[in-house]
Amino acid sequence: MATVAVEVVYRGIYQRTLARNIVRSIVFAARKEGKIGTAFGRYGDSPERNGIPAKQFAIVADTPEELEENLAVYEAQEVDVTINVDDTMCKGIESWAWYGLEPINKLTKPGGTLIVTSRQPAEDLIQDIHQRSEPFNLSIIPSTASFSGLWVYKDDHTDMRILGALCKVCPDLVSLDSMMAALKDQGTSDVKLSSAQKAYDRTTQRPVEPGEGSTEVPFSFDLPGWKSMEEGLVIRGIEQGGGFRGGQEGYQPARNAVFKKWSTRSMRPVVNFETCIKCTLCWLQCPDTCFDVTPDGLFDANMESCCGCGVCESVCPVPNCITMVNEAEFNDNNSEWEAWQKDANSYKQWMTALVEKQQAAGERSHGFHHVGGYAEEIANSRDS
Amino acid sequence: MTTTQTQLFQTEKEELISGSEAIAIACALADVDVITAYPIRPYDTVMQYVSKLKADGAFDCDFIVAESEHSQFEIVKHASAVGARTFCGSSGVGWFYAMEAITVTAGLRLPVVAMVGNRALDDPGAFGVEHNDALAVRDLGWMLYWVATAQEALDTALLAWKIAEDPRVFLPFAVSCDGSFLTHSQAIVRVPDNKKVRQFLPNYNRGKLQLHPDNPITVAPQVNEDWLMEIRRQTNEAMLRATQVIPEAYDEFKQVFGRGDPSPWIEEFMTEDAEIVLVGMGTLAMPVRVAIRRLREQGKKVGFLRVKFFRPFATEEIRNALSHCKAVGVIDRDYSYGSPSFGGVLFNDLRAALYPLQRHPLMLSFIAGLGGREVMVRDVNQVVDMCQKAIDTGKIEQENTWIAVRE
Ligand code: SF4
Ligand code: SF4
Repeated sequence: MATVAVEVVYRGIYQRTLARNIVRSIVFAARKEGKIGTAFGRYGDSPERNGIPAKQFAIVADTPEELEENLAVYEAQEVDVTINVDDTMCKGIESWAWYGLEPINKLTKPGGTLIVTSRQPAEDLIQDIHQRSEPFNLSIIPSTASFSGLWVYKDDHTDMRILGALCKVCPDLVSLDSMMAALKDQGTSDVKLSSAQKAYDRTTQRPVEPGEGSTEVPFSFDLPGWKSMEEGLVIRGIEQGGGFRGGQEGYQPARNAVFKKWSTRSMRPVVNFETCIKCTLCWLQCPDTCFDVTPDGLFDANMESCCGCGVCESVCPVPNCITMVNEAEFNDNNSEWEAWQKDANSYKQWMTALVEKQQAAGERSHGFHHVGGYAEEIANSRDS
Repeated sequence: MTTTQTQLFQTEKEELISGSEAIAIACALADVDVITAYPIRPYDTVMQYVSKLKADGAFDCDFIVAESEHSQFEIVKHASAVGARTFCGSSGVGWFYAMEAITVTAGLRLPVVAMVGNRALDDPGAFGVEHNDALAVRDLGWMLYWVATAQEALDTALLAWKIAEDPRVFLPFAVSCDGSFLTHSQAIVRVPDNKKVRQFLPNYNRGKLQLHPDNPITVAPQVNEDWLMEIRRQTNEAMLRATQVIPEAYDEFKQVFGRGDPSPWIEEFMTEDAEIVLVGMGTLAMPVRVAIRRLREQGKKVGFLRVKFFRPFATEEIRNALSHCKAVGVIDRDYSYGSPSFGGVLFNDLRAALYPLQRHPLMLSFIAGLGGREVMVRDVNQVVDMCQKAIDTGKIEQENTWIAVRE
């Protein structure tokens, strides 16, 4: 073995501590085997914003020279294992640091492994993951994405389970014994250690062959050179918007054609156009000007722009008129209003099923259902 | 002077820490009395770690978050005058905003130690490394050092107080750390125990210059042409004396800690028989060393010289290291619009340093890695190719080249 590189793809702020725990533990475990390593977050990803896809790396080598050889390129060009701690990022990621969509498996070596925490079956995940010409392996840790805040950490053992699984799928990195010893050194409790052990015992891999997966071509963008760039640090304003879908009626703001925010999203709004009272609050409050005004005066959230913050849901005065739903439920960014126009009944069925499923799960990746949700949650936890 | 008995750092330990954490730990080990802060990336990570160490009881200090960089540097300047060991830092335009205070700190011969987390100067807003921020103090009496690893950041900070607070010097010291590559990457670092640090770094004693009611003095009166030139001459002499004090401090460091670099001034990598020597500062060393190892395998005689102290400039050592090669390629992570040959800051200083030599290598200037852009092995190869071409043809076609810039 020369060097082994692992990347953790995570959602900014919500999963920062989780990612840090994982990459640091990898280096500590490698130390137990006399290896040397480094752990770092992509500088370009920060300062992180809520939910934005970001990366941290752990690189482990036998000798300092080998490590240096690998670090000659600061950001790894390929990794042995990609760990994705939120399955909605299987659709691809666009960070602060670059324009354009990167497939989640972009850096995963041929024959390497993509570990994903997910409740979806492998087949559903593979539908989202971009196809490539070399095979790789997929390993699923059955769980919902673990989200917390900047100053708090949800200690739900996700880090332990990932580290256990990692030792199984990448034995070249470190043995489970070394990992356990390193974790113990850091004061990890026996209960948590047993989570790592269980994940190690249970983890399996499924090969993903060339040709399997999404055929979508990820959107990209050419950066201008210094000769073609406008001087004086000037960026021309984009054209004002116009009618809905280029027509005479409604209004659709023009948007930056090269920067799409949707990969930041782990939930998306689903709108009940029949109960909407056209109060304009969602349109007004959306931080990303996502709402297109339809010819009939309704508000259609544009899914190329939506970062999934949930503000529209919490400001909407009509109960269940806007519901944030797990992003994993969707396969495209198509217009909800157009679907509703085409067939109001099927739309209603589809929407109701999604909303009920979301409400039954009771799980939100982040944010609150309505204004005042935070105070309510604190009160509830105090009472219980 | 606080003398805190801390529970942490009682034995030497290995830690997985970033360059910023290493600097913060050095503050705790050195038992710094007054630390001031004002957030700006990438320096802000140091203040995060300092406040955590303080909260954890690793050391006690007056930790003051000021309302601006200017005040931040004013506070340590004054604290240093009354005899407190001080630490401060900033990045990019934050460092520039404090420039008035930074300038007088050297003028008043106050041994403030600062960390500069190198960052591009706004506008345009960018967080990545460029060296122009720290380089702005190169003429002002600040010692200026570029580190390449987290270990070197910790060690250099300890050395910085040692050198700066030496009464023969009494000059401020800036530890320059490349934003991101150093400030935000975690590496294994040996953290010495605080007994050894105390042995190496006794309390700061400002002696007769201490501003104190028992020692009534006036600091910084108005002076005009009658006085100023002599004062400048003194500062120049202090910088000259620093060139003696620095090697002494490094020797003592080795004695106390049992490790340390062969030369305080420069790091040489495969320069001995090199026909082409590349020169640069900071974390650039890493891709350059990797490229050189690969070129050596192909039989190309290439070496690398890392300049550690930019001020005082290691004229003698650099002359010795570069007098035998045929071509020198200086890779600047900075720019100096309109300078001689439109070369980088390091390039022009280096070329001036070599001028008195009988025999000059061909000297080429390269600007690379601005705003945090990665310097890749292929970029280094391009630099080497251009140097080789100059050797083969005996002439320099282009004195200054921007590397990996989109046309
Ligand atoms: S979740 Fe709602 S408010 Fe937030 S960006 Fe999307 S559409 Fe706008
Ligand atoms: S906030 Fe709700 S009710 Fe108001 S316009 Fe938007 S969707 Fe309709």
